[in-house]
Amino acid sequence: MELNGSQIMIEELKAAGIEMAFGIPGGAIMPFYDELLKADFPHILTRHEQGAAHMADGYARVSGKVAIVVTTSGPGATNLITGLANAQMDSVPLVAITGQVATNMIGTDAFQEADVYGCSIPVTKFNWLIKDVNEIQHVTREAIRVATTGRPGPVLIDFPKDIQITNAVYTPRESAESPLPAPREYPELDTEGIDKLLAAIERAERPVIIGGAGIIKSGASAELAEFAKAADIPVINTLLGLGGFPGTDELFLGMPGMHGTAYANFALCECDLLINLGARFDDRVTGKVSSFCPKATIAHVDIDDAEIDKRVHTHIPILGNVRDVLIALNEHLKPGDYDEWRQTWTDWKENYPLQYDWDGSIKPQYVIDQIQEITEGNGIYVTGVGQHQMWAAQFIRFNEPKTWVTSGGLGTMGFGLPAAIGAKFARPEKEVWLIDGDGSFAMTLVELATAATYNVPVKVAILNNAYLGMVRQWQELFFEKRYSHSHYPENPDFGTIAEGYGVKGINITDVNEVRNSLDTAAEHDGPVVLNFLVNKEENVWPMVPAGAGNDEMQLAPPSREAKS
Amino acid sequence: MRQVYSILVNNHAGVLSHVAGLFTRRGYNIESIAAGPTEDTTITRIVIVAIGEENELHQIAKQLRKLYDVREVEQISYNQAVTRELVLATIKAPLSRRSEVIQLANAFGAQVINMTDDTVTLEASGNDHKVRTLLKAFEGYGISQMARTGMISLPYDGMPEDWEPIA
Repeated sequence: MELNGSQIMIEELKAAGIEMAFGIPGGAIMPFYDELLKADFPHILTRHEQGAAHMADGYARVSGKVAIVVTTSGPGATNLITGLANAQMDSVPLVAITGQVATNMIGTDAFQEADVYGCSIPVTKFNWLIKDVNEIQHVTREAIRVATTGRPGPVLIDFPKDIQITNAVYTPRESAESPLPAPREYPELDTEGIDKLLAAIERAERPVIIGGAGIIKSGASAELAEFAKAADIPVINTLLGLGGFPGTDELFLGMPGMHGTAYANFALCECDLLINLGARFDDRVTGKVSSFCPKATIAHVDIDDAEIDKRVHTHIPILGNVRDVLIALNEHLKPGDYDEWRQTWTDWKENYPLQYDWDGSIKPQYVIDQIQEITEGNGIYVTGVGQHQMWAAQFIRFNEPKTWVTSGGLGTMGFGLPAAIGAKFARPEKEVWLIDGDGSFAMTLVELATAATYNVPVKVAILNNAYLGMVRQWQELFFEKRYSHSHYPENPDFGTIAEGYGVKGINITDVNEVRNSLDTAAEHDGPVVLNFLVNKEENVWPMVPAGAGNDEMQLAPPSREAKS
Repeated sequence: MRQVYSILVNNHAGVLSHVAGLFTRRGYNIESIAAGPTEDTTITRIVIVAIGEENELHQIAKQLRKLYDVREVEQISYNQAVTRELVLATIKAPLSRRSEVIQLANAFGAQVINMTDDTVTLEASGNDHKVRTLLKAFEGYGISQMARTGMISLPYDGMPEDWEPIA
């Protein structure tokens, strides 16, 4: 059968089970778009390519499925870079397909030409520039395989316009062949490492588990719960690991690190065995490495060999898929009983809870608390980046994995709205709440048009303090209150803006209206923007100052009066 | 510490960008890089000499192995492999000192490939140690131009698996 290049790629995408595209057409990708239409391939037209990438990102995080992101050459493709870098840092699979000028024009500074292959090398797991129509089948298959196997990540295919319309003989995948290569390519189970870890658990007196994104990505939540409960070991979840262990479980210690719970950081400082399951020892988690878990034997299970010993020296390295390792551990685990240790961390939880005080203003934490109350931890929660993100991580108590969508590694402001839209497309039956800041939200709010066009009923709660809040917090604490360019005194009226996009918008200035407005939003059949004018100077506590050790955590604000 | 990496990669356009880009992106220091074909036309061998702390040198190998087009990464110690570098150097050699320079060149097995009234251009090859010694020996005369290929390397055939290099 003879097909053109675009048709071949679409056949391969369909055969691999890909059923969603986000993107924007333009000159160099028009033949491909023409075929998308003819093939009736589901496609969401966004307002900015960065939005398309974040939508595919949110879509993948909650569904585990891959979407394609389609853009034209030059600016269309360079607009993707942030989205790719974000997916790369958080190991999220997506396949970007970018138009490129015709092969005979490459290198001539043609209209809308950019070296997208070169630009995307550092922000993708791998990338391809197709130069021959006969490569398309292989490259498309490989792209999907690379994106979804091992440690997942984004890939990019740069697709010159002439190749999109060149014909070639196409032999479809034989039906006997599996539609996708096995979703995981893992090393053999490291039984020696597992035995060492089991022995270490028996010897330990104060063990702690830290569960990262690997728990979510490998689908190991049930295995983790079984392991922690049988072994009687408390569980910390990193920012990207949240949802991997039930937030309401008594063994749960919350998030570690810079804005982690006091009891999680105490536990890290005091433990004698740290079992890291699929977390990468990010600097926001470890603080100063030399004072990280100073008393502990450290075990690290990771699918990526390069993460082991990258920042923290590991005594028991186990290369492998977290779920496979947990299954093996559970088979041989002896029931644990750490009474004294349990008493210690239970006391910490009781004596150092997350808290905020009341002063009649709308406290951002209160809004999140109320969202938690009406959704009971059963929604999908999406955030931008900044203070609101940390409060959401602290105050939402997740019941299930894949219900938390946040930009962890790259810390991409503007991630929230498009990611929430992508998440809602992936799981329409779930209530999707975006908890955002005014700074983050303003960066990509143009995607409200996408939410309105496709009637995507995401519920947006902007915690609007008219500041780049985290910057303001650091300026208050570390720059003697010199608020250099972190203030937006003339913030737009986000409620009216939403209405302008055809989205229900409500501004909330009174703390007594918070609950009502949330209920209204939950009941409204369509997207809603709630613009909460919150306390402008609320800070995130506890806090480990940048570069300090977790043992230097500050629990509450140093007295403001004393400073001024 | 210095470490030689012998990297076998698929002979694709862009593979060198991926390898070199990894070093830039992660802040690793490359002392030299040499790439060329192997006996298999689909495979290129890239030899990189990098400088770093021991931890970092291990991390480099792990990161290289993650690259899609990288088939094999070997961390080579000098006595497990033959390593060679080619050097072209123009030495200041006025008539009065020319014979000294040529004598010294002979001692290193270097070839004279050009001569002017006041210079001698030499071609020399050898392992890291020899190249360094040679350049040091000519330093006193003055080296007016120099080009080096960077190190290339092949593991010795028939080395027993349990063979341990002398530190």
